[in-house]
Amino acid sequence: MTLLSADGIEASIGNVVACRDLDLSLKPGTVWSILGRNGVGKTTLLLTLAGLRPLTAGQIRVGRDPLNQLTRRARAQKIGLLFQNPDIQFPVTVNETVMNGRHPWIEKWRDSSEEDQSIVDRELGRVGLAGFGRRNLSSLSGGERRRVELAALAAQQTELVFMDEPVNHLDLHFQTELLKQFLANYRSKKRAVVMVMHDVNLATRFSDHLLLLFGNGETCQGSVDMIANEENLSRLYQHPLRRYPADGAYFFYPS
Amino acid sequence: MLIFQTGRDSRRFGWVILFLTALVPVSLAISVSLGSIPIDWGAVVETIRTGKSSVDHTIVFELRLPRSASAFVVGASLALAGVLMQALLRNPLADPYVLGTSGGAAVFALIVMLSGLAYQFVSLAAALGAVVSLALVIFLSRDSGGWSSTRLLLTGIVMASGWGALISFFLSISQQNQIQGMLFWLMGDFRDRGPGLVHYLTLLVVLIASIFASRGLNLLVAGTLKAESLGVHTLRLRFAMLIGAGLLTAVAVTLAGAIGFVGLVVPHIMRLIVGPDHRRLIPAALMMGGSLLVITEMLARTVLAPRQLPVGVITAFVGVPLFLYLLRRGSRQEMP
Repeated sequence: MTLLSADGIEASIGNVVACRDLDLSLKPGTVWSILGRNGVGKTTLLLTLAGLRPLTAGQIRVGRDPLNQLTRRARAQKIGLLFQNPDIQFPVTVNETVMNGRHPWIEKWRDSSEEDQSIVDRELGRVGLAGFGRRNLSSLSGGERRRVELAALAAQQTELVFMDEPVNHLDLHFQTELLKQFLANYRSKKRAVVMVMHDVNLATRFSDHLLLLFGNGETCQGSVDMIANEENLSRLYQHPLRRYPADGAYFFYPS
Repeated sequence: MLIFQTGRDSRRFGWVILFLTALVPVSLAISVSLGSIPIDWGAVVETIRTGKSSVDHTIVFELRLPRSASAFVVGASLALAGVLMQALLRNPLADPYVLGTSGGAAVFALIVMLSGLAYQFVSLAAALGAVVSLALVIFLSRDSGGWSSTRLLLTGIVMASGWGALISFFLSISQQNQIQGMLFWLMGDFRDRGPGLVHYLTLLVVLIASIFASRGLNLLVAGTLKAESLGVHTLRLRFAMLIGAGLLTAVAVTLAGAIGFVGLVVPHIMRLIVGPDHRRLIPAALMMGGSLLVITEMLARTVLAPRQLPVGVITAFVGVPLFLYLLRRGSRQEMP
């Protein structure tokens, strides 16, 4: 079974081609990280996979349905997306922000139900922000806002979870703890997760598959054990990286 | 249902709505009662009962009530247009006057009047002018990532002054006896002619449509792509809002010329009182905007009586300092 399959897709923005003729198959319970240098089109590819940008070539299916034939509502019930840097122009409470994640599930002319509210409360508790519901979002720190966004994403309860730099602004503790906890939860619920990551070591540690974007449309994908070696990553970042063993695993150190 | 939720917040909102619902008839009653000639309400009631005409009845129903009704419709339209434009452009400083939408409507209306076409075409031209002007601002200030606040405001302000210059040009080439009437478009004022059915209907239709769209609007202010990812048809929603805000501006302009800052001040105040949720903000801003302009119109008639001040002058006295304050506060918020 495959939750999302991409078939020979090309994603591009302006002159930047993120990937060319890419096949991708997202299975339940897997976690992917997209890695690449600045400006190679990681976000563009993520938005394209989420159906928010048109494909230049190829086709994407969600389950059996072509992605571009889903209604917006059906798509939002299947694909959740965490944006890189949401900016706040208007005052909004923490509770409203997380409740926004429930939008695809609330009937058109209805208001949110008790059940929606209990989901919101549970997800806020999970990111350590229980009781913050009535706070103004702009009064929170960058890291706390990121956790609110993560809670909103979880409240959307989608089988496909896309995250653009999920641990941006988070301190070291939350980077590790939240990723560990969220991904374990998503894995156990048989969701498929795709993250755009900047930190190679977090990516290799918490995901099971990697998708490397080399620029000019060239890609490389596979399980972490297969892909994460000095040669691939040094070429990816055009910077020499050394691999060191640590605690039964390994980490990469840029020289 | 849509608006009323349980809890502390909604009880407060209930009180606010109750207050505003009372404020509308009270402000109308005060406005109609006060003026250069005191009203003998006994005579008015007598006329309604017996049908025997009286001066008091005529003043109330043919002079003051139409003006007050106009003031209400204009205030309500501008406030709602302000709410919609602020959501559309994701900028709390957007307003039909600041961004030149009112100016565009006034210029188109003036052209039709000067060319001697029938009166019905004036409203139509104003509507077209408002939509064209707003669409131009949106188009010109757009960059790849969306709209930046600064560029949007600059484009709108330049557009507004361009429309202002055109109005001055028309003023300078027109006959001496037309000028007094044309100043109306520059300063914003009311005439003793009430709103027509088309004005009421436009306001009602846009109001209902916006209340139905309000959950989408809540998501839209969080970001266009984000709203799209949560299932909102953002293109359709934004197009509908553009048309709605344009039509409301046209209603206001054909009734009262270019009145500034109501669309800016009222949504801002109501956001502080009922919060940013559009399901609450829209009805609250509408009623507040209407009542506020009814009172303002009354003040314009009475403060320096028997002289009448243009209503737009009074709204600017309040609006300009508030706008500057918001601009300052906004720039500080961007750099925490």
